[in-house]
Amino acid sequence: MALDSKIPQGPLADKWTKHKNDINLVNPANKRLIDIIVVGTGLAGGSAAATLAELGYNVKAFCFQDSPRRAHSIAAQGGINAAKNYQGDGDSTYRLFYDTVKGGDYRSRESNVYRLAEVSANIIDQCVAQGVPFARDYGGLLDNRSFGGVLVSRTFYAKGQTGQQLLLGAYSAMNRQIGRGKIKMHTRHEMLDVVIVDGKARGIIARNLVTGEIERHSAHAVVLGTGGYGNAFYLSTYAMGSNVTAAWKAHKRGAYFANPCYTQIHPTCIPVSGDHQSKLTLMSESLRNDGRIWVPKHLNDVEAIRNGSLKPTELAEEDRDYYLERRYPAFGNLVPRDVASRAAKERCDAGYGVNKTGEAVYLDFAAAFMRYGKEQAHVKGLDENDDTLVRKLGQEIVKNKYGNLFQMYEKIVDQNPYETPMMIYPAVHYTMGGIWVDYNLMTTVPGLYAIGEANFSDHGANRLGASALMQGLADGYFVLPYTIGDYLADDIRTGPISTDSKEFDEAEKNVNETIDKLINNNGSKSVDHFHKQLGKIMWNKCGMARNEKDLKEAITEIAELREEFWKEVKIPGNADEYNEELAKAGRVADFLELGELFAKDALVREESAGGHFRDEYQTPEGEAMRRKEFQFVSAWEFKGEPKDAVLHKEELEYENIKVKERSYK
Amino acid sequence: MNLTLKIWRQKNAKDTGKIVEYPMTDVSPDMSFLEMLDVLNQDLIDKGEEPVAFDHDCREGICGMCSMFVNGQAHGPDSMVTVCQLHMRSFKDGDTIFIEPWRATAFPVIKDLIVDRSAFDRIQHAGGFISVNTSGNTQDANSIPINKHDADTAFDAATCIGCGACVASCKNSSAMLFVSAKVSQFALLPQGQVEATDRVLNMVQQMDDEGFGNCTNTGACEVECPKGISLENIARMNREYLSASFKG
Repeated sequence: MALDSKIPQGPLADKWTKHKNDINLVNPANKRLIDIIVVGTGLAGGSAAATLAELGYNVKAFCFQDSPRRAHSIAAQGGINAAKNYQGDGDSTYRLFYDTVKGGDYRSRESNVYRLAEVSANIIDQCVAQGVPFARDYGGLLDNRSFGGVLVSRTFYAKGQTGQQLLLGAYSAMNRQIGRGKIKMHTRHEMLDVVIVDGKARGIIARNLVTGEIERHSAHAVVLGTGGYGNAFYLSTYAMGSNVTAAWKAHKRGAYFANPCYTQIHPTCIPVSGDHQSKLTLMSESLRNDGRIWVPKHLNDVEAIRNGSLKPTELAEEDRDYYLERRYPAFGNLVPRDVASRAAKERCDAGYGVNKTGEAVYLDFAAAFMRYGKEQAHVKGLDENDDTLVRKLGQEIVKNKYGNLFQMYEKIVDQNPYETPMMIYPAVHYTMGGIWVDYNLMTTVPGLYAIGEANFSDHGANRLGASALMQGLADGYFVLPYTIGDYLADDIRTGPISTDSKEFDEAEKNVNETIDKLINNNGSKSVDHFHKQLGKIMWNKCGMARNEKDLKEAITEIAELREEFWKEVKIPGNADEYNEELAKAGRVADFLELGELFAKDALVREESAGGHFRDEYQTPEGEAMRRKEFQFVSAWEFKGEPKDAVLHKEELEYENIKVKERSYK
Repeated sequence: MNLTLKIWRQKNAKDTGKIVEYPMTDVSPDMSFLEMLDVLNQDLIDKGEEPVAFDHDCREGICGMCSMFVNGQAHGPDSMVTVCQLHMRSFKDGDTIFIEPWRATAFPVIKDLIVDRSAFDRIQHAGGFISVNTSGNTQDANSIPINKHDADTAFDAATCIGCGACVASCKNSSAMLFVSAKVSQFALLPQGQVEATDRVLNMVQQMDDEGFGNCTNTGACEVECPKGISLENIARMNREYLSASFKG
């Protein structure tokens, strides 16, 4: 099947408006006759469910957590971008569009990104109207801060808990519709298959995680807002339950999977402390507004710091290497994430890592304390030359901005970041790849949509900070509710979809067979054993830097591990009860397939772009080398085994932006 | 370090449940509390026994999923953290640790340490929202300036993660801190004023219908709340409720 991205004709800035005017609408009386399933209740799924219900559709929403409010969007810290230009620093829709395409290393679709930038301002209006308590200045107006890869302040925030506040906003909009009976909410349910009837997505098979019951749910369209697949790496900043299962099942039913190798490895996470580690914790990128990243200049100082004979605070300024400021003077500590992560890896690989494992760099706030402190002392008429006083005043300001992050760091690491610099290292954080969608956010399966992180569309090869929240809400509140009407306009006479059909029978049978196989396997190794093994292969061979040899090995090793999994996995308990190991086993089984496709995609992409860095393709300065012949989206078609997946290419055209070397110098 | 765990095991909602003892050896102080339980569960699986079921997801203290009583305290001995952020360095070699689920009539046990907190969702359905359409056709976000102090106080109330520690800690199993956090957030913002009367009456009604107890101002909820939600919110909700009752 040829890929048709369905990008509307006409000038970039008019496409969305024109498209909205051209597409079919469903009249309010008919919307009551149409059911829509929304899987996932994060920013994308939650906002979509609420808006679709408000428009009048009957929504059936699903999440595996015990409440929609717990989706992992809640953990997003730093903020949400919007081209409001409240700071008067030259921001505009075009600039946000430009920054996002450039930040994504020219691997995203122009039309989608422009639409995203266009609706961004509305998101802020909407959220304020919903009672989201964004940070404000003393005049009572909204405050902004700056994020990586941009030269303006366009990020709106609520301390270090912006994701939480936005998700609770979407959750409140859902609650209003649940209260009205327009959303039927199914919590502690996991989607295990999509049901296709006559070529259209018409329902799902879900497992009730409390009773183990397998359920059939039908609808006229199915929307996946099921997030990313970074947990393929085992250790990541994702929630423990985050998984690829819904997306992968959709892939197996015909949805092409796009750019699986585009993974964001976030530069500022708390380093790994030991083998028992179950997850990694992010320290928001917003900290790079005020924190300076460095390692010692000399290896003997590194040694002294590691063995505890030298404290980082004792090291003189001239003996520190602020390597981001050195390499990228224009953007300094605020370079995009992929660039910052690779730079940290480069220093640590060269032996300059500052902790015992050699995989940590400093994020230092000492300069910010003094800068803010001096300002405060001046405002309050106190002695600007009293360093102790100034530092204390400055710490108060920093505490106000990032207090919860500093507290979180101290709880985990047992060091006080007000006294000593934070130690950080890159960790898997987000996946730009995902299910391929057209301009309408429809997958290659008619009636099956993918929104938010679950799709591939807006971030190219690298996502800029504070853009995930923007995309999730844009898709859910402002894009999908329009575009889905165009498809559903043909369904006003269809009537309810029956779950009593051979297609539902077949899908349910498949699900039951897989569960039976897992629960009766009687193997000798736990699910986590296999998940950790997979994570090691992914991190070592498909991580921050990849090469042909490693990727080929990864493909073989993952396939072998998958075979061993099905022979040796051991799951206690029964299928007809709450059984977390069983749920985990199903997820890991899917990661073991996705992982192989991931490596295969990375192998095929013989260039470096954004989060995908191939050792073979770099500039003499060690920067990513893009290649013109790879200016396409890889969209993989499922053909039984990951090794047999067929590559389809969507060529990317840039008519409004000149593709050039991405420079942050 | 070596520890003795005494954990509540209950097969399902109908089972009576009991405390079961598990010895733990070689626990690292750098482990989080849940990672320590992961190790126990791996041992149990290897031995062919059922692992201990507990709710958890983000493991960074924000989703509100984790929920357990550790030595008689919600989320354990540390203050201002959820149990997923509690680290084993808060314990010492030889300690005996009791681990139990939240106990409240409105939070029935599902299995082991997992309880059903859907009552919290139903309270939110009753009024935890501002009735504005999500069409985006609202006024500009900066058209109503909001006093910074009010905005910050609303934010502080809005940081509730809905974990249920307040209910579990309260001798009356009252949900007043949880409900008042949402009522306060909206009461402090101009956008929330329009529906203030209905909101507080409906949410309190639902709270009572769910079987939560009354508030007797003991303050255990505030002490145990991992997000430091202030008791002032309860006072604010009482004021809102009183004035709504006169109007309503």
